[in-house]
Amino acid sequence: MGADSAVLTSSEIAHLVAIGHNLVSVREIPGVSLQVTGGPQDISVRLKLERERKITNPIHLCVGVLEKSGTQKIKIDVRAAQRSAATLMAHCFFPAAVNVEHTMDALVDLETEAELHYLEGHYHGPWGGVTVLPKAQVRVGPRARFFADFSLITGRVGKLAIKYRVEAQADAIVELSSRVFGHATDEIKIQEEVVLAGKSSRGLVKIRVALEDQATAEVTGMTAGNAEGARGHVDCMEIVKDQAVARAVPVVSVTHPLAKVTHEAAIGSIDKKQLETLMARGVTPERAVDMIVRGILR
Amino acid sequence: MPLLEIKNLCFQIHQKRILDELNLAVNENEIHVLLGTNGSGKSTLAYLILGCEGYCPSSGEILFAGREINALKIHERAQQGITLAWQEPAKFEGISVADYLSLSAKSGEPSDYLRRVGLRPEEYLNRVLDKTLSGGQRKRIELASVLAMKPRLAILDEPDSGIDLLSVQEIVDVIHGFKDFQASVLLITHREEIAHMADRASQLCGGKIVFTGSPSVVAEHFKTRRCIICDGKQC
Repeated sequence: MGADSAVLTSSEIAHLVAIGHNLVSVREIPGVSLQVTGGPQDISVRLKLERERKITNPIHLCVGVLEKSGTQKIKIDVRAAQRSAATLMAHCFFPAAVNVEHTMDALVDLETEAELHYLEGHYHGPWGGVTVLPKAQVRVGPRARFFADFSLITGRVGKLAIKYRVEAQADAIVELSSRVFGHATDEIKIQEEVVLAGKSSRGLVKIRVALEDQATAEVTGMTAGNAEGARGHVDCMEIVKDQAVARAVPVVSVTHPLAKVTHEAAIGSIDKKQLETLMARGVTPERAVDMIVRGILR
Repeated sequence: MPLLEIKNLCFQIHQKRILDELNLAVNENEIHVLLGTNGSGKSTLAYLILGCEGYCPSSGEILFAGREINALKIHERAQQGITLAWQEPAKFEGISVADYLSLSAKSGEPSDYLRRVGLRPEEYLNRVLDKTLSGGQRKRIELASVLAMKPRLAILDEPDSGIDLLSVQEIVDVIHGFKDFQASVLLITHREEIAHMADRASQLCGGKIVFTGSPSVVAEHFKTRRCIICDGKQC
């Protein structure tokens, strides 16, 4: 499911595997508590990182729906205690989806000086029959660090609506990154918001979307600088081919005179200079376009 | 027979003639310097030879190895052995220097080509060819990429201009790299001291080649910024 299957047999790696609302496998390790309750309507996960525990191996969450139809609702509550650190890798798998809905509601709380890397990778089939609704509310405590990377570049997107809101306290660092490749009639909505509430907090929202055929995307990257010394940046880039339609809305606001937030947004077709540069090395136009798009989504 | 032969080439944009009955020949295994002031049409000529979009001759012929190439696309010309080191190289997100050099490399290791342009492979191979590199670094990587391609004709568009420019000696070293595999080079510049490394040189003024000859004579001629056509009004 997007990772070496040996991670599921290793006693040193925490994991959770859930297909639909069936819990297949779960393993806790010292420093990582994973409490899971499953039912016909949803799965609830409580993940706790113990204070001052640095978890060396990534924690794997393998979720998905293997059938053509189905629903998966996951509620996840992540608590990272003071000075804990971990990487959480979510592998979301929908290979046959024709009529599937996947919802992920996450509440994440990072205490002082905790660090969490959250990597979510999606592996979709070619039919576009999946609706993906990831939502997250994240609080990043003083001097804590939160890095999130969402990637959906394999298979059809279907319908995607990401909604993340992250609040950063004093000296906290937040980086949100999303990479999505839409094809055919895929519909993509991404809304990522960083509120720099604490003094000298830092935030970066980076969104990369490539679209082809009749795919559509609406991307909203928001950053608010509400405290002295807060620094934020929003960077949205969308590449469109064929009849695809893209919209980017960078929203920046500052309520403290010593905060600074910047943004850049670019929507356009493949850059002519890049294309001609690759062609001047003997690369065909089709391969050059593919390289440029893949590069942006890398 | 010259490797590149341009006959009576005209090019105009919005009724403004940029190149006017231009004739130029670059021989096999020849380093040919093209001197011209800003706006004289040097880069336009480079884009016409490469076949860039929007650069279609109004009239005239571009022959490469005896065959007319006017109708060929950029990658088809590149596959025949023509390439260009851009004056301002493109930036790419997500494409590493190693990937870029490997694109065109016919033989040899990307690291060898980086060393030839004065860059340490261990510092640069894994870097992304994006805005984190300076203009000068990208320019050197561009030259390394052209070297790696081992083209029959390399057009180098002002490698000596811009921020963090290459020194004359560095350009000489790169040119020697092309000589190693008998490539021809059309080196575009507005610095006459560069001309001395060439086998031949031409001066471009007012959209025409106004003078072709030995590099020292052309450089001296260009130094005065006077040509037989405009008598210094455009040069």
